[in-house]
Amino acid sequence: MSQEKKNGKLKVAFFDFTSCEGCQLNKLNFENELLDLLKYVDIVEFREAMDDKAEEYDIAFVEGSISTPSCVQRIYDIRRRSKILVALGQCAVSGGINAMRNEQPLEKVQEEVYGEHKYLFPSMPALPVSAVVKVDYEVRGCPMSAPEYLHVFKSLVLGRKPETKDYAVCVECKLKENECVLEKGMFCLGPITRAGCDAICPSNGQYCTGCRGLVSNVNKNGAVEMLKQHGFSVEEALKRMKMFNTNDLEKEICWGKE
Amino acid sequence: MSRDLSINVHHVTRVEGHGNIVVDVKNGVLKKAELDIVEPPRFFEAMLKGRNFHEVAIITSRICGICCLGHQMTSLRATENALGLEISEQTEILRKILIHGATFQSNVLHALFLATPDFLNVGSVFPLVNTHKDVVLAALRLKRLANDIGDVISGRAIHPISIVPGGFTKLPSESEIKELREKLANEGMKDALFAIDVLASLADQIPQFERETEYISLYNDKEYAFYDGLICSSDVGLVPVEEYEDVTNEFVVPHSTSKHTRFNRSSYMVGAMARFNNSHKLLKPKAQEVAKKLGLIAPCHNPYMITVAQMVEVVHCIEDAIDLMDILLERGIKDEKPNQNPTRFGRGIASTEVPRGILFHDYTYNRKGQIEKANCVIPTGQNLANIDDDMKKLVPEILDEPKEEITKKLEMLVRAYDPCISCSVHMLDVTFEE
Ligand code: SF4
Ligand code: SF4
Ligand SMILES: [Fe+2]
Repeated sequence: MSQEKKNGKLKVAFFDFTSCEGCQLNKLNFENELLDLLKYVDIVEFREAMDDKAEEYDIAFVEGSISTPSCVQRIYDIRRRSKILVALGQCAVSGGINAMRNEQPLEKVQEEVYGEHKYLFPSMPALPVSAVVKVDYEVRGCPMSAPEYLHVFKSLVLGRKPETKDYAVCVECKLKENECVLEKGMFCLGPITRAGCDAICPSNGQYCTGCRGLVSNVNKNGAVEMLKQHGFSVEEALKRMKMFNTNDLEKEICWGKE
Repeated sequence: MSRDLSINVHHVTRVEGHGNIVVDVKNGVLKKAELDIVEPPRFFEAMLKGRNFHEVAIITSRICGICCLGHQMTSLRATENALGLEISEQTEILRKILIHGATFQSNVLHALFLATPDFLNVGSVFPLVNTHKDVVLAALRLKRLANDIGDVISGRAIHPISIVPGGFTKLPSESEIKELREKLANEGMKDALFAIDVLASLADQIPQFERETEYISLYNDKEYAFYDGLICSSDVGLVPVEEYEDVTNEFVVPHSTSKHTRFNRSSYMVGAMARFNNSHKLLKPKAQEVAKKLGLIAPCHNPYMITVAQMVEVVHCIEDAIDLMDILLERGIKDEKPNQNPTRFGRGIASTEVPRGILFHDYTYNRKGQIEKANCVIPTGQNLANIDDDMKKLVPEILDEPKEEITKKLEMLVRAYDPCISCSVHMLDVTFEE
């Protein structure tokens, strides 16, 4: 079962926790680049696509959030055996859409689903991977941005540190010369959301749902003012932002308050 | 024969999500044969509560990245039914093309990347890159083409962006559609037929096993139904979609975080084989030819042949997508805005055939256009009881074979259904069976 060590090739593995598996699928959408990368790495574990299992990994890519006690055990084990651990997609980075349920008391959610048998399937709040083990790099977005993933992957293969972006989606949107969706009367989270997706939603006429999480300093670029100008309150923005970032907002809930 | 046998396949590989196969035979008597679903439940319906009508499909898309288009489509239509939002003919045509793209992509990936390695006795698709490069590349091209359809028409293939209640926030151009049409008619069809030749050459690797069951799919007398229709049961005929709960009868079993379903028997089948058995007469001409060539004749009772039915559908979807694009190009694409002015608030139910079978979304909206109650019944959940019943018939029939062979056949059986476990553990209200 165990994989032979081939000269100098990095051993790469993929793991999935609670998620929609969209990020797993998204990375397969770059088949040409992927086939190129296969020259430099050995994929030693990828449950969705193959039967093999390995002992240790140079790079472990982890998708999904941690949401059961057995997930916690598994991620400890993976961390112990990996040199570098990368969180892929918003579920892994912040808990993502799964964390929406954290707003309701867990007991209640479980009881609603399983009635008196609520202890049959143990569950816990949906957490980001970084809440349980150390995460070295992250690729944000729901789904994660595939070009960004390729950038991180290639950098790590070359032994470089991947670059990350920390400015608002609006910046990318303006560069693409889109008509601003705020002007069209929609409530867009672009002003407070971290870029890196090439403003793909506004570019398709849709508002940004904040799937990449907050920029680190929301007030700096006058985002709150901008939203207020269009008649939208901070409370409303927070409620919308929670769709993908409930856990983060619990930490940063004080932003925008003078 | 009084054999003892215990099989426990932990986390079946090459399926979407986490499931275990558990088989227990004592003194030649089958005690247990089941697929345990161990994927953590995800509580989606609870998360929808209080969300605005335009946010709902964005959330339900994340039930499953593999089936996201199907979830969005069903979600949008349930919302439109609940709020009385009419859509244009153009919107309907574009949506049907999107469904065809998503269906042939999912079917190709499953048949060639997840199921075929079993026919060639390898553990994954990766060794095939060396030994069967042509077919791997053909499959990748088909996948890319389906992605292009998703990107061009819906903004992004995974978690589509521009399909919203009432229409599209951005429309493709006629030249983009023309380009897709040419690619489908040329490389697309060529690659599909080539992949089918390869599958035909492996036909003797498909295990022989028969179990007649109840086949449930959407049915529509105008076309091979994907987008809409009535519920069709091979046992009792047509049932209106609004009465879906009488068909699905969801219940909880202790070995699965996903609910099971049953209608007229202890289990029923959904998916490509159910669609083929119920609607095969409505397949496009080339797809009919291909079915014949692959030896697929309705009604087919061998679940291992689901993979074959999927490839027949690949050809049908390509043919029908081309026809729909021709209609679109002849009419010309009109610049329409989505219709988002509700005419009422209340309950809306919709059903779509997604690659793995019939899917239901059922929403109730309050007067503010926010979700009050939601329920989704997912194809894989509906197949679980049927898989268990198949295993219970299969294991005694092959009990004299070596354990590895039995295990392999069981894994192949589970894989044949192309279970999407991520999808099936979305969960909400439950009634326990004692
Ligand atoms: S981040 Fe989004 S696309 Fe990725 S796994 Fe989570 S829900 Fe799916
Ligand atoms: S525009 Fe917003 S919602 Fe869309 S991908 Fe970018 S961050 Fe996510
Ligand atoms: Fe799915």
